[in-house]
Amino acid sequence: MPTAIPAAAPAHPSGDKRFKILDATMKRHRHSPDALLEVLHAAQELFGFLDLDCLIYVARSLKVPPSRVYGVATFYNFFSLKPKGEHTCVVCMGTACYVKGTAAILAAVERQYCIKAGETTPNGALSLVTARCLGACGLAPAVVFDEEVAGGLSVALTIARLARWTDHGR
Amino acid sequence: MGAEDIDAIRERETAAWDAQRCRIAVCTAAGCLSSGAAAVRQAIADGVTHAALDGVRVVGTGCLGLCHAGPLVRVDTPDDRALYDRATPSLAAILVAHARAGTLPAEGRNTDEASFFAAQDRIVLANAGRIDSERVEDYIAAGGYRALQKAVTEMTAHDVVDEIVASGLRGRGGGGYPTGLKWSTVAKADGPTKYVICNADEGDPGAFMDRSVLEGDPHRVLEGMAIAGYAVGAEQGFVYVRGEYPLAIARLKTAIKQAERLQLLGNRIFDSALNFRIDLRIGAGAFVCGEETALIASIEGRRGTPRPRPPFPAARGLWNRPTLINNVETFANVAPIVERGGAWYAAIGTEKSKGTKVFALAGAIARTGLIEVPMGLTLREIIFDIGGGIPDGRSFKAAQTGGPSGGCIPADHLDLPVDYESLAGIGSIMGSGGLIVMDDRSCMVDVARFFMEFCRDESCGKCIPCRAGTVQMHGLLTKITEGRADERDLRLLEQLSELLTRTSLCGLGQTAANPVKSTLRHFRDEYLAHIVDKRCPAGVCRMGGAS
Repeated sequence: MPTAIPAAAPAHPSGDKRFKILDATMKRHRHSPDALLEVLHAAQELFGFLDLDCLIYVARSLKVPPSRVYGVATFYNFFSLKPKGEHTCVVCMGTACYVKGTAAILAAVERQYCIKAGETTPNGALSLVTARCLGACGLAPAVVFDEEVAGGLSVALTIARLARWTDHGR
Repeated sequence: MGAEDIDAIRERETAAWDAQRCRIAVCTAAGCLSSGAAAVRQAIADGVTHAALDGVRVVGTGCLGLCHAGPLVRVDTPDDRALYDRATPSLAAILVAHARAGTLPAEGRNTDEASFFAAQDRIVLANAGRIDSERVEDYIAAGGYRALQKAVTEMTAHDVVDEIVASGLRGRGGGGYPTGLKWSTVAKADGPTKYVICNADEGDPGAFMDRSVLEGDPHRVLEGMAIAGYAVGAEQGFVYVRGEYPLAIARLKTAIKQAERLQLLGNRIFDSALNFRIDLRIGAGAFVCGEETALIASIEGRRGTPRPRPPFPAARGLWNRPTLINNVETFANVAPIVERGGAWYAAIGTEKSKGTKVFALAGAIARTGLIEVPMGLTLREIIFDIGGGIPDGRSFKAAQTGGPSGGCIPADHLDLPVDYESLAGIGSIMGSGGLIVMDDRSCMVDVARFFMEFCRDESCGKCIPCRAGTVQMHGLLTKITEGRADERDLRLLEQLSELLTRTSLCGLGQTAANPVKSTLRHFRDEYLAHIVDKRCPAGVCRMGGAS
């Protein structure tokens, strides 16, 4: 495997401890530019999303052009450049779920909260996301509420389930 | 740790198995876990502990197949076995009471089991229901790592390649390229450094075979990769796994650590000259990364865009070194082939498609789940005998195979034997094994639009035919489903289909038109109904003004 010369990256000026953990991850990968995806995975886990400051920090530390870091961060669906809402609702749009009616569920949630898939409500309570396929086709139509996968859903059940999150704070 | 130590583990574990009066295996694949399998397992384990039962073992096992009826529990006694479906923690007390007596309760027993499993032949999934997915000792007791030991101690690298060639195994990721040929190309390639990559970026919607194998039997994949490393002369392997599969990632991590601890991975495996390590690389949600050159770019930390082939990865792959890339299911077939011989495997299946294939049944089918059948079974047998047919009194309309690269197969081809050539002959592909059944409530134009939207979103944007073509085709299909299209649009759609197929850079673009082509071929009347009569026969599409 190719190796890179370990870079003596300057610490992040904010003093945020999470950058130290990120530094450790980069060090473990010997600051190799090949490890960019692993580093971005780690950064998103630490910060919840990837802001511009973080991307520039990673670019400097790995000694790669910021354009490449930005290019990779925007290429993959998994990386988010915007903060996520307090709760996340993932509607599976895999074929099995689609033929069992998740398009209607998605449309209903979009209407109910006046957001489109990929957006977060203005109050930051709920992010709505679609998934390509959860691989849980036996549960179709399936929706993930935060970490919990729920199957056999209908429009009414989904809306009721979301209301438990969103009506709580009102 | 050498061969004797592994043998000692096998003997000890086998003796422990034989001493068991009752084994309760709870399915802990993602589907069953989502419907509460963890609580069921806990309740049973607590019950067994509380009752202080000797000789009763509770394990978490790989996908038991009947995913729609989860959580599933399999109970084995020396004389009998039973499968319980839709298990709840309250089943625990009943099972524990019966386990004490060594009997099997009748309550909650699954009745579909006989017909579901009758036509199946489980090689890849052989360990599901038998072993604990998280214990390497169970895998060893079930004969695991014997093939690796045989390969490195009794066979030359050349012999191993020969066995794979003799088996007739073809790539299970969908392409169907002869695995043995790929292995021998990499084995012959020059260079001191080579790599083995397992493509676990299972991206087709409606396909969950690889997830189930990785979750249920991760060591099988690792063993296959190590054998491949020996055969082609590589010392480093990578598993590139989808980020959407957290459980598979966790199980793989555990399995790699266990194998390293027992020196089944690492230096001087089984005291031979083989050194082989495996690292994980986690994908980040890009369908195109299932394409091998894009996957390599992603492992190298770049945008997952493909490059033209040749040179193929077998000559210039990861970091420009010769690289062997196979799919999860392909690797899972390796250990049984090495252990039992290529001729044994080649005796299963059809003339040109050998062995078995794992399918994920989903959609409008009574028994959604995971099956493994010999190649050459008919679609009718798979959908109606094994899958239990179409529920809700509906009628069969089409079976979709191969995901966004595949096609829809209509009812008049139900008696077609399922193998690589037959499916290609009617405009679909074998694909990785997703089989989605559609009933009369699905509109084929809408399905084609659904897949085109998928390809449009997942196109990496590197080549123009795919980047612009998928957008234009999706626009045309939307126009048709909204009743705004005329016959010129249909002609344009057909022209674009050809253009994408012929001029795209990689498999994604080259096959993106397949769902359109196959639905046009078999369901042209539905397109015409939308265009001429402004009517959706299935009642799915909302025609402009009509709704």
